[in-house]
Amino acid sequence: MQWEIVIGLEIHAQLSTQSKIFSGASIAYGAMPNTQACVVDLALPGVLPVLNRGAVERAIKFGLAIGATINSPSIFARKNYFYPDLPKGYQISQYELPIVEGGEVSIQIGESEKTIRLTRAHLEEDAGKSLHEDFHGMSGIDLNRAGTPLLEIVSEPDMRSSTEAVAYAKILHALVRWIGICDGNMQEGSFRCDANVSVRPRGSDKLGTRCEIKNLNSFRFLEKAIDFEVERQIELLEDGGMVRQETRLFDANKGETRTMRTKEDANDYRYFPDPDLLPVEIESDWIEQLRESLPELPHARRERYISNYGLSAYDASVLTSSREMADYFEAAAEQVPEQAKLCANWIMGEISARLKKEDMDIIDCPVGSTILVTLIKRVHDGTISGKAAKTVFESLWLGELKQDVDAIIESKGLKQISDDSAIEKLVDEVLVANAQQVADYRNGKEKAFNALVGQVMKATKGKANPAQVNAMLKKKLS
Amino acid sequence: MFNESLKQLSKRLAKKEISSVELTTEFLERIKKFNPEFNAFITIDEEKTLTQAKQADQKIASGDTGPLTGIPVAQKDIFCAKGWLTTCGSKMLSNFVSPYDAGVIERFDQAGAVNMGKTNMDEFAMGSSNETSFYGPVRNPWDVAAVPGGSSGGSACAVAARMVPAATGTDTGGSIRQPAALCGISGIKPTYGTVSRYGMIAFASSLDQGGPMAKSVEDLAILLNVMTGFDQRDSTSLQREKEDYARDLEKPLSGLRIGLPKEYFAKGMSSDVEKAVEQALDQYRKLGAETVEVTLPNSPLSIPVYYVLAPAEASSNLSRFDGVRYGYRTQIYQDLGDMYRKTRAEGFGVEVKRRILIGTYVLSHGYYDAYYIKAQKLRRLIAQDFKHAFSQCDVIMGPTAPTVAFDLGEKSSDPIQMYLSDIYTSAASLAGLPGMSIPIGFGDKNRPVGLHIIGNYFAEARMLNIAHQYQMATDWHQRMPGI
Repeated sequence: MQWEIVIGLEIHAQLSTQSKIFSGASIAYGAMPNTQACVVDLALPGVLPVLNRGAVERAIKFGLAIGATINSPSIFARKNYFYPDLPKGYQISQYELPIVEGGEVSIQIGESEKTIRLTRAHLEEDAGKSLHEDFHGMSGIDLNRAGTPLLEIVSEPDMRSSTEAVAYAKILHALVRWIGICDGNMQEGSFRCDANVSVRPRGSDKLGTRCEIKNLNSFRFLEKAIDFEVERQIELLEDGGMVRQETRLFDANKGETRTMRTKEDANDYRYFPDPDLLPVEIESDWIEQLRESLPELPHARRERYISNYGLSAYDASVLTSSREMADYFEAAAEQVPEQAKLCANWIMGEISARLKKEDMDIIDCPVGSTILVTLIKRVHDGTISGKAAKTVFESLWLGELKQDVDAIIESKGLKQISDDSAIEKLVDEVLVANAQQVADYRNGKEKAFNALVGQVMKATKGKANPAQVNAMLKKKLS
Repeated sequence: MFNESLKQLSKRLAKKEISSVELTTEFLERIKKFNPEFNAFITIDEEKTLTQAKQADQKIASGDTGPLTGIPVAQKDIFCAKGWLTTCGSKMLSNFVSPYDAGVIERFDQAGAVNMGKTNMDEFAMGSSNETSFYGPVRNPWDVAAVPGGSSGGSACAVAARMVPAATGTDTGGSIRQPAALCGISGIKPTYGTVSRYGMIAFASSLDQGGPMAKSVEDLAILLNVMTGFDQRDSTSLQREKEDYARDLEKPLSGLRIGLPKEYFAKGMSSDVEKAVEQALDQYRKLGAETVEVTLPNSPLSIPVYYVLAPAEASSNLSRFDGVRYGYRTQIYQDLGDMYRKTRAEGFGVEVKRRILIGTYVLSHGYYDAYYIKAQKLRRLIAQDFKHAFSQCDVIMGPTAPTVAFDLGEKSSDPIQMYLSDIYTSAASLAGLPGMSIPIGFGDKNRPVGLHIIGNYFAEARMLNIAHQYQMATDWHQRMPGI
């Protein structure tokens, strides 16, 4: 049987506020345990939550960026369950009337585009951390993270492969950073994914039984976990079994998912509106103000790059995968609009590879966009070859000669020989010295031509402009 | 001196006839004398109290005085007070010393009041007789066989027995008004959102409201001036301009329209209470008021609605008492689940557990719509009834409680009978309206009867005026138990 994969994602993005969602304690990462937990975070008797306006603001920005509805009023609800790292015995979250409802993003798979719909995005507080090591049969509780503002972003089950799921997660990851509401740091848990995965016979419009895979904190794990889970479910069904609805945990070491809890032992969370918090009324003025404060969004820029610079949809998508990269590209492309494709190639090729190797972000790229443009100009005007440009780039990266492109070309002797008379002289010499190849070529051996080109290049240590050498040889041999 | 008003005491302090330390010592002596019998206090800490009295004396010496500077005030043990054991009447918090002050405590401290100790209460404010306290029942100073009412029974008793000039209480369904009535004192629960709930241990967040308890209405106005005000740490606290609750005390009552809900006077009220209420209403007519019949058709539903919503919120509010971070934790346990179960089974009393179970049930999947949602709808209807009634009258009056104080143990095994003690008070709580009780005489066994006055939102000053005029014409509020 042919199976169709159905995936929906729940993503928890930690909002980049200074303080917690319901208290004034800091959310800075890495502090000593329990030093960033105030009386409210500790859930002492009598304490009350007060909503952080900054968290609401970020949620609204997100909603606007995906074209969603901003609900007003929006309601906070209590999700009741007992766990030692949940100090109040309930998590303040949203149930009915989340702050953001609907919206969509589009993902790029190769050259084709696909729209993924969002169900909702709601505000909630994070729990603390339970530490099960180093306590001799007991557990330690660190409540620094308790109360950290999260935006839980829920998609519709619109994805049909792990590739699409990863593309969607990456788009959201880029978006939340782009609009400055989340730092996107996956190692520190600022951006976490849960995947709902099911399979169904191709052609069926009924959803299969799903499993939720929790806490996938890298795109690679997300992909591996989905692939494993899909295979597991298909195998089960093909063996005549049934998929059991459950929550599963991905074991990164073994590359497999395993049961965490089944539907039967799922909690009844007894959601109800939190009486300590009033319904959140959001004035339309505020929404408009936030709409105006949003930067040009990635999809708008992507469209612009395609229409203004003639880039392919794929290139435009890659360049808009982060605001920093897009800004870099744009700074370069604005100076040489007709060479925008070359700029794109440099950024997506040499620069990205080098950044990756050094584990750096483009914002810290030692070769600025203006310098890159100078380099591209020198290639375009024939001063240096594309190959030599890579040598120049390396020098620029290392900061040699004050990053003066021309000085580097000069000092390394990389200038191409583009003088026609000089090239003619060289060609003549080579033709005289290689009478056999000339004869071969004239007898129809095309290969001999390339050998002659090679001889000219060799004589100039590769500095002759290859296009001119080609033209000159053709002229002399015809 | 212990029967004097706050104004009189304040005048003595200002004139330096007496120091706050002397005044405080005098009341501490009364506490020492009467508390063993009445059990009104859970915590008395002379050292802390006298330190505050000394500070108050310094303030007075420097001329920095207000109406409460140097005045002893007892605090219900539901208010977190820094450095004080704060138990909420529960074994669960029997070892909890608060590291922070409630908004109300801060306000009294800033006003220079002297904290006389923490008063006894029903466990987590759940009860109408003070019998659910882990620290034992409080006795009614008018008759030791009787309960003082609850949940603010310790505060009511302490004021009635003149162990303190004033005290704080909290009211979720009648917990200030009902004990005030049963102990023959005055008490007011202001409009929801008027007194900060920050640091006031939550029972049912959408209903809980702090308020003062005192001998007279004039004292209530002075206390209310200190207790109320916006607190940004409480999201349900209302941002309103500061008002002087004593401003209208002396206004005459001519033209006052008193609404009498026919449902309150239909049945359920005992005849001694009815008689006292009729006499009080006669007094009001003499003062120039007229009475009109109004109807609150949904008010008979207020007890069932209250006992869905309050336990629902309580079941969640009390989840934090899990033995993990503070408070009581069981001694021996196998694992986490065992620790939770034993801690909560041992740390909570019967009534608290009953309400947690009710609340958990009504919020459960499949029952939520039938109970919680329906109760919320009825709550709105109850509030609408009042809105309609207030188009026909200025205030609503009736009995505070259906009977005078009952005997200890009389209702403790029958929760429904106990819940019905709040039959007249819970509707105003559900509507968020201000309500108060003032003493209007005595019923069976010479136990006090209270008159319940419900006002429109933010009508506290008018209500205090109406109650004060009654007290100017009568002396019930000056009667003292013969102890």
